Amino acid sequence: MAYATIVGIEVVYAIATLILVSLGLAIIFGMMRVINLAHGEFLVMGGYAATIAVHHGVNVWIAILIVPPIAVGLIGLVVERAVIRFLYGRMVETMLASWGLSLLIVGLLTTIFGSSTEGVPMPLSGFTIGAYQASGYNVFVIAFSLLTLGAVYVLLRFTRLGLLARGTMQNAAMAAALGVDTTKVYAVTFALGAALAGLAGGVLAPVAGIVPTSGGSYIGQAFITVLGGGAAALTGVTSAALLFGSVGQAATFATNPVFGSVALLLAAVVLIRILPNGITGRYFKGWL
Amino acid sequence: MKIAGIRLDLIVPGVCGLALLFGLPIFLDLFSLLQVTLYAIMAILALSLAFIWGYGGILCLGHSAFFGLGAYAYAIAVINIGESTAPFLIAILVPTLAAAAVGYFMFYGRISDVYVGVMTLTLALILFNVVNSTSGAQYHIGKAPIGGYNGLPNVPGLNVPFDPDNSLDPGDMYYLCMGLLIVVYFGLRWLLTTRFGRVAVAIRENEKRVEFIGYDSRLHKLATFTIGGGLAGLAGCLFVNWGAYVSPTTFSMMQSAQVIIWVLVGGVGTLFGPMIGAVALSWLTVEVGSQQLIDANLLFGAILLVFVLLVPRGIMPVLIDRVWGRISLPRRPVFTAPPVAAREGKR
Repeated sequence: MAYATIVGIEVVYAIATLILVSLGLAIIFGMMRVINLAHGEFLVMGGYAATIAVHHGVNVWIAILIVPPIAVGLIGLVVERAVIRFLYGRMVETMLASWGLSLLIVGLLTTIFGSSTEGVPMPLSGFTIGAYQASGYNVFVIAFSLLTLGAVYVLLRFTRLGLLARGTMQNAAMAAALGVDTTKVYAVTFALGAALAGLAGGVLAPVAGIVPTSGGSYIGQAFITVLGGGAAALTGVTSAALLFGSVGQAATFATNPVFGSVALLLAAVVLIRILPNGITGRYFKGWL
Repeated sequence: MKIAGIRLDLIVPGVCGLALLFGLPIFLDLFSLLQVTLYAIMAILALSLAFIWGYGGILCLGHSAFFGLGAYAYAIAVINIGESTAPFLIAILVPTLAAAAVGYFMFYGRISDVYVGVMTLTLALILFNVVNSTSGAQYHIGKAPIGGYNGLPNVPGLNVPFDPDNSLDPGDMYYLCMGLLIVVYFGLRWLLTTRFGRVAVAIRENEKRVEFIGYDSRLHKLATFTIGGGLAGLAGCLFVNWGAYVSPTTFSMMQSAQVIIWVLVGGVGTLFGPMIGAVALSWLTVEVGSQQLIDANLLFGAILLVFVLLVPRGIMPVLIDRVWGRISLPRRPVFTAPPVAAREGKR
């Protein structure tokens, strides 16, 4: 029983991290049709923001939950204004440009911080279930992912900003004709996606070591989650994360983490063959 | 391009290629010749992507997957077999089959260009992670360990087919790589003149129209992609032979990015440009690697960004337009349909 609980927590944790890591990417892709290949680097910058804040004596919770989204959100704003806005509607060019950006950021981070591994101390201690030790922070990550998902849903569904954003993404010309400043909406949406990426980087900073190149270990999972999910950002990510998270974690328990990630990829390839437009391309149509 | 009925576009590269093949060993010392061998290998890799991206219109962002598979397939096979004839073929066969399998799921699922890019990128990422984390002694194929992040050192080199005692020295390797580059270049040029090649290019231009005419675009895309994967594997196999060493970095993002940059800088939709791009930027990689001031990622990221934003067509097409525009007669105005992307880009 205790073991089953532990396994259950691990599976839910895998799903929660997938949601957290993919959410920013899904917002930017689902709402703006922009595939941001620098997403992993946004996460890493969130991690660095958290470590810098901790080194300067900031409270660890503020350092991982408040500082990274603000810092990376601002960077996202600059990136949108400087690069992305020239490339709207040209998906391939956007991908390549954001890949260039990703390499550029890796280079900059290496130049500034060197290639040694940074970290943030674990703010929560573990607890025991029966004979097993469980990580309290993992439970926090699960709760926090759900909270973030809910907050983003409320923001997009019930606020004026969310309404303007959804309207602009559906029909930019019509929104502009009704007096919406669409360039501003695009910029804010991109910054929101970047801020979510930064937040994920901050939240995961205590569990993952941070090096300039660690973005690569996140983006594979984030991309297949977003692609598997399809056009509807929130429903898509949640359903795809449920599927891939359980498949990957089950394979991890059966073998090891390496084959867990292989199982995840295979599941994604098969899913793409059956549902080329992702899960929300066929089910949950019109959901957010 | 014809002047006085002579196919300049065939003769110039042919003469240049043969001149380099037989001329360079006379003028260069062995060290420089080794460098040129590497450039030739990278040029083959560039050609493989130039074919599937520039002509097939398939954006493969994870091309290092096939490069790395070729490299590892050769290394593992040659350690097990000991003689290089079969491993050489296996090194081409494994990535070809991998490309065919992945391509089947992608093209028969009819996923869009952008998804193809992301899927291939993910494939390369996961292969990198798998190979990078299988360093223990329990991970082995036959006699060969996979080696994890340490890679496989001391991989036996190629020998004359069916003659294990007669292995190729660096000079022979130069002739082999340069010769294969010439063969691959003209092979692709020939392939593009065939019915298959023309359909592949037509699919790049407008997939729907090609299907209406009655061609199976899925099958043609799959074949294009598979050929590209096999050629990348060939480059990977030669690369292992060049350094007698293979490491997971053959699968890395940086490797994929570099191939994309070579093709983009040289010119998408040409074969000659990407070869130039590969040589020039491989040279730059070596130069950057020998100093500490500028990080390689920083430099290549900046190059990629600048070219996407400012020179999206690449150097070769721009140069051809400039030079050819000067020396040839003014062109007749040609009616061109607006680019497909402009009409169908926003879904």
